[in-house]
Amino acid sequence: MSCDWAAKLDRYVDSELSGGELTEVEAHLRTCPACAADALSRLQLKRMTQAVGHRFSPRPVFRLKIEQSVGKAKAPRWTRRWLPAFAAAAALVLILISAAVWFEHSRGEQALGELADLHVSTLASANPVDVVSSDRHTVKPWFQGKLPFTFNLPELQNSPFKLIGGRLTYFQQSPGAQLLFEIRKHRISVFIFQNRAELSRLNAESWLRGKLAFNSETWIEGGLRYFVVGDAGAPDVHDLCELLKSAAR
Amino acid sequence: MTDRRTDPESFEALAMPMFASLYNLAHWLTLNREEAEDLVQETYLKALKGFVSFHRGTNFRAWMYRILRNAFLTSRTGLSVKMTDPLEPEGAAALEAASDTPESALLAREDQQAVQDALERLPVPFREVILLCDMEDMSYQEIAEALGIPAGTVMSRLSRARKSLREMLAGKVHGASK
Repeated sequence: MSCDWAAKLDRYVDSELSGGELTEVEAHLRTCPACAADALSRLQLKRMTQAVGHRFSPRPVFRLKIEQSVGKAKAPRWTRRWLPAFAAAAALVLILISAAVWFEHSRGEQALGELADLHVSTLASANPVDVVSSDRHTVKPWFQGKLPFTFNLPELQNSPFKLIGGRLTYFQQSPGAQLLFEIRKHRISVFIFQNRAELSRLNAESWLRGKLAFNSETWIEGGLRYFVVGDAGAPDVHDLCELLKSAAR
Repeated sequence: MTDRRTDPESFEALAMPMFASLYNLAHWLTLNREEAEDLVQETYLKALKGFVSFHRGTNFRAWMYRILRNAFLTSRTGLSVKMTDPLEPEGAAALEAASDTPESALLAREDQQAVQDALERLPVPFREVILLCDMEDMSYQEIAEALGIPAGTVMSRLSRARKSLREMLAGKVHGASK
């Protein structure tokens, strides 16, 4: 047997021959019994080595140990890599939340300041109301066609409150009704608007009570947002609110 | 964005499927369970640490085996083993002088234990090249990468290793028939 062929037989059994060489060797094996036997013997040895090679198996406890050591290395690296990012993200979230709270608060202050201004400017006006009447059946119809919503007014006959009248007002680019009530010379404004998301977030009571010494209440009823602002005592403001709520139901 | 080369989870996903195979190779190199475990542990720790230097697109299996082999060379057993080619050049001449044997007949009568014993007695450089080729089914190029030698050297070493293995098996048969 030629040495050239012997060298190629190893490559043949290892599937390392290129297309041309493979064809050449296969053709030779068909005609040379010695090389064919040699190739078979090499193949058998390879199969045998393959079979006995997979002899040693790791203990399960050792596998666990390696898995843990790879896993342990993972945790600190993970932490090290992401900790600054998490810290930065947490700081950013805190800043955003603070900014959002401040912004909302600021917007709330501004909005409610506008309501208080509306109340004060109405009182300061020579003609505080456009419809002057103590009759709710006069005042309510006056708003027909002027507002995209309607509302009910309470019967005040057996109450200390007196309806003075009403006027059309605008708050945050939306039309609404401003009703003026009186109780023992104190005047109270009742603002009624269609409820919107921006209005839902306003915390009127706490702000107005604290900052301007007004007493106020706010609530939502039937899709309408009510703001009641006045310099009357808190119990009086509250009683008026209850009257308005019962009328709306 | 996460660089996958530095991602330990990526390392785990690549390296753990090779665990049993690497252990088997380590045990074949050391022929000792404790040393094989030490070797595999060292391999995984070194590989994890050096994973950043692994070039994506190159052969991970060959890379891992190279780490294992380097760790073996610096181990107690590895230092006592002569890793140079045992049959170059005078050894090759000695093999040339060896008589041919009817190997197919021989192998038909040999059992797995004989091959196993012969593999154990083979010098480590021969044993590893045969195991990488036949058991791990690595291509010559992969073996070249793993051992850090040219592909041509892989071929010649593999040829001599097989010849040596066949002679050991033949010697056993001849011995037994005497």
